[in-house]
Amino acid sequence: MSLLTVEGLSKSFKGLRAVDDVSFEVEQGAILGIIGPNGAGKTTAFNLIAGAIKPDAGTVTLDGKDITGHPPHKIAAAGMARTFQLMRPFYSMDVLQNVTVAVLAGGASEKSARDQAAGIIERIGLSQWRDSPTEGLPTAALKRLELARALAIKPRVLLLDEVLAGLVPAEREPVLGLLEELRTQDGVTLVFVEHIMAAVMRLSDSVLVLNLGQVLTQGSPQEVTSDPRVIEAYLGEEPSA
Amino acid sequence: MTSQPMVADQETRTPTPSAWWARLPWLRIGIVLAAVVAAIVLAYLRSGSTVVVTQAVVTGILIGGVYGLVAMGLTLIFGVLDIVNFAHGSFLAIALFLSYYLVAGMGMHPYLALLIVLPAMFLLGALVQRFVLAGAMGKPLENQLLITLGISLVIENSLLLFFGANPRSVSLPGDQGVAILGAVAELSRILAFVGALVLAGLLFLLLRRTSLGTAIRAVAANDAGAQMVGIDTRWIYMLTFAIGTACAGAAGVLVAPLVTIEPVTGALFNIIAFVVVVLGGMGNVVGALLGGLVVGLAEQLGALLLPGQSPLLVVFIVFVLVLLLRPQGLFGRSGS
Repeated sequence: MSLLTVEGLSKSFKGLRAVDDVSFEVEQGAILGIIGPNGAGKTTAFNLIAGAIKPDAGTVTLDGKDITGHPPHKIAAAGMARTFQLMRPFYSMDVLQNVTVAVLAGGASEKSARDQAAGIIERIGLSQWRDSPTEGLPTAALKRLELARALAIKPRVLLLDEVLAGLVPAEREPVLGLLEELRTQDGVTLVFVEHIMAAVMRLSDSVLVLNLGQVLTQGSPQEVTSDPRVIEAYLGEEPSA
Repeated sequence: MTSQPMVADQETRTPTPSAWWARLPWLRIGIVLAAVVAAIVLAYLRSGSTVVVTQAVVTGILIGGVYGLVAMGLTLIFGVLDIVNFAHGSFLAIALFLSYYLVAGMGMHPYLALLIVLPAMFLLGALVQRFVLAGAMGKPLENQLLITLGISLVIENSLLLFFGANPRSVSLPGDQGVAILGAVAELSRILAFVGALVLAGLLFLLLRRTSLGTAIRAVAANDAGAQMVGIDTRWIYMLTFAIGTACAGAAGVLVAPLVTIEPVTGALFNIIAFVVVVLGGMGNVVGALLGGLVVGLAEQLGALLLPGQSPLLVVFIVFVLVLLLRPQGLFGRSGS
């Protein structure tokens, strides 16, 4: 049985169908990439799955448990973490505190929370910033902090919204390595929205293409990128010369 | 920062450029202290009497501690819920009347009333947040503003209806003048100050040292981020509003022996609390306590500098100056 099942998910904003009857399944330990042109409904789909907004129709099932429309903190507690495309750090706190908050929210004791948080920071490669205030951190560090905080709740499913955006190519590589490691070592299931195709090709077992709120196609990275409908969605129809 | 892509920059705050002196917190505190000293010297030159000035300074600091406690509750609510709570002073008024009822009606010791008023105000705050304000969370600021203003009107007029406009008072058994630093202060005033500091310290520890406090600070910093890590923000909103209301309640009990108890007494504290919150930096709990002391001193020394005027005149002059020179508050962090 799939770990995460999304069925018939729909959401309209003032008549605009932002997400329209989207369905997909992700197996335990699999990596699903979600691509699509701007405005395809990728982030809205994440918001619906992670409980930030309630869907008009459809269901989200995590490990056999219906979590549709549950508040975000319950979904987080059920084992699904998400990161935001625009990072949401706690600016008033330093990096260690940011991660400690997340560990504490999982019910850890004060002391063990700090140790666990320090361990996660080490692993994510944020050690040099550990005691720095969050304000003024470079984008690459903030992106990693967002990931560290998501990992702190020990998720089984991780929803990543453009973790690579804003990183220069040299900064992307270690993040990609880390994501692969999360799957192989920790068995974390990943669903990620990404515009950088090299990353999508490298990480994904399967790629879901959204266009105008609907699923255009789903398949292996090779299948999807050679699909004329996908190319059309991105570039427009080929001129009929 | 300019070399980075726009998308990532939207949420990456660059610190607001401010005057060089503003970036050094100790220097800022030094400037505030220098201003206080200057005010004291001016007050001495004007009145020509050391005793009068000392008396004003002592009284100002003592009442300033209580202002600080009231403002801590208000600033906490603003910082976490993003609500400008106009009903804060009315909650204090409820606590005053509750105190009066417990002391004059049931013969309770004025400070023992804390044991009843504090939990009662906590509960009232929780109920008001859950059933009146929760629906307005995340809506435009003026919605919450009008709701809290409405609550304050309802409370004030209910008090008027049930208790009438007659001024009342609570007296502390064994209250007497105590010599302190060459001035005389009523015991009740000293105890109010000490009580306010103790409660402020407890609140500070709650916020800094407990996992609940950490969660509250996380919600204040970024509620979407807090939800993402599994914090129930609705629960935190309710608890925070309850804690903030309990601060007003505690302050009400502590000042009950010092003030005339009328339905409008709360409004006066409301105005002062707002000034203190802005001085201290919106959402800054420690700043609120320091701001309280500044306002207490400004009020007392102001009465000496401009005799015959409302003591609030100087408070507002200070307020306007701070807004002009440092709108994020005397102790607020720059850019936050």
